[in-house]
This record gives sequence, structure tokens and C-alpha cells, in this order.
Amino acid sequence: MGKPARRGSRFRLLFQASYVALTNGYWLGFANGTIYTGAAKAVCVPGLNCYSCPGALASCPIGALQNVLASRDFQFTFYVAGFLMITGAIFGRFVCGWLCPFGLAQDLLFKIPFLRKIRKVRGDRILKYMKFVMLGLFVIILPMFVVDIVGQGSPWFCEWVCPAGTLMAGWPLVAANASLQAVVGWLYLWKNAILIAVIFLSILIYRPFCRYLCPLGAVYEMIQPISLYRYTLDKAACTDCGACQKACKLDIAVHKTPNSPDCIRCGDCVRACPEHALKIEFAKIKRKKIWKK
Amino acid sequence: MKGKNAALLLMGAGAVFLVAGLMRGEAQVVFVKAVYICLECIGIG
Repeated sequence: MGKPARRGSRFRLLFQASYVALTNGYWLGFANGTIYTGAAKAVCVPGLNCYSCPGALASCPIGALQNVLASRDFQFTFYVAGFLMITGAIFGRFVCGWLCPFGLAQDLLFKIPFLRKIRKVRGDRILKYMKFVMLGLFVIILPMFVVDIVGQGSPWFCEWVCPAGTLMAGWPLVAANASLQAVVGWLYLWKNAILIAVIFLSILIYRPFCRYLCPLGAVYEMIQPISLYRYTLDKAACTDCGACQKACKLDIAVHKTPNSPDCIRCGDCVRACPEHALKIEFAKIKRKKIWKK
Repeated sequence: MKGKNAALLLMGAGAVFLVAGLMRGEAQVVFVKAVYICLECIGIG
């Protein structure tokens, strides 16, 4: 990794950490084993940020989506769908790369040295559809249709899968709250097993949860091809050298598909291009170079 | 520019959805769930 690439990578890490600290700034919650209860909790943040994280100042859009769908009063959520449409149309998967706390956790885990990192995952083309199964089944269908006698469902993805909830809410709350420690059972163990598997895989593979399981990533992935934040390729300048693909930790052939739905907009490819053929475009505002050499 | 128009259309539709959701009281459902510790989220169920 060259000097500008390292500088760009450090800048993104600093940006992610600052954003996470800002949106999870209720520090008292970590000390007391409680959560923030202010009015901002009615608002969603763009990334997968558990609202039961002791520091969380706002709500997770996937948790909010499930809870409104599971509610006996509503069959559809205009509020959360509208929020996701606006965020997706502006940013696409930039959210995954820059504004997601669980994305940051995976980025940090991938920095841990290991004998061999896995770049190409066998079955990748099929596995990446798992996140659409998560979205369709665990986030939409099951909360809507599996209901109790009064018509109330439950947030299936949060309950059975979400490792972000276990990491951001489960671990700190159970550690600091004695009454919660008294009631943990096999479901807590199950969720911990998922989280530990994701942690281990994140050391080997770059962002395995984002690639294969995240329902929020699935939403933004569908919108990304039309989002305002996008990359453009100067075909005249591009020499097909493949430096962009080599720099991409998700192994995307950026010179062929600069707006791939899998791209989390980390910007490594833009910085790696020796011909400066890749550019970031936000609506009509273009920037030729993100970081000066 | 097709992509840009589609994005603007989606943003417009999203804004209409958001306001409709607010008027139906969906934000209240989100708020009420988010101010209590979510036992499902932490794995207690």
C-alpha cells in the first residue's frame, strides 16, 4: 500500500470512528448498563446501529423496520421505507463503508494479522444472495406473519441472527447489568456463537457479514446502481492494468463495473489508480483526486 | 442522466413515504421500542 493509499485508509478509519462515537455518545449508558431514552430514538441512523447499544442516540433502521412490521397496528412501514429510499438514493453503499459501526468493527478485525487472508471465497456468487434471504424472510416475512394471539410479531433478525446487536448491546448491557445476567440463557449463547463466528471470519475475510448476511446492505445494494454518490471511469485514461481490482479488498473488477452493487465505496481503488481514471462523482460535483499525492 | 433522475425520483418518493409514515404515527412505534432495552437484540428473547 502506497503512502496516499495508507493516508486515505487512515482518514476513513478516523471518519468511521468519529461517526460511531458521535452517534453512540451516551457514555453514561455504558457505565450504568442502561440505554438512552431521548426523543432522538424516534429517528433512524443510516447504518446497522443497535438501538439497545448503551450509547446509541438513535435507532437501527433494520430493527425499526421489523418492529413496525411486527406491530399489530401496521402492515407496512412508510416511515422506515422512506428513510431507506432517501438514504440509499443519496449514498448507496457508502453507508456500509463509512457510516456503519459493525462495518468499522469488521474493518478493525481484518487488520489483525493472520497466516493467510482469504481473498476469493468459494461459493461467493451464491453466498451473497443470503443477505436477500435475511431481508426477505427474517426482516419482512416472519415479523409480519408470525404473530401472537393479539397480532403482535417479533423482530426475527434481531432475535435470531444479528451479531451487531450482540456486540453493541448484548455484551455491554449483560456485563454492566446484574438483572440481565440473571436471565441469560441458550438464546444468548446461540447469538454469541454467531458473533464469535463472524469475528473469526472477519479476521480471515474482509467484511464477511456485509458480503453475505447484512439485510441493510441488501437494501442499499439494490439502490446503489442509481445512487447519487458514484464512481465514474474515464475509459480513455484507463489502461486495464487491474490496479483497482488488486487494491479492492472485495476483489471487485472496478475498471469493468465502477458502480458494482457489492462496492462499499471505501475508495481504495480510486487512490490506487495510477492513471487517475476513477473519479468520485456526487450528483454533478466531481473531484479529480481525493487525496493529494 | 438516467441514474440521477431515478435517484431524485426515489428521493422524492422516499420523502412522501417518510411524511406519510410520520402522519400515521409510525415514528411513535419506533420510539417506544427503542427506549426500552430490546431483549431480542441482546439475545434474551
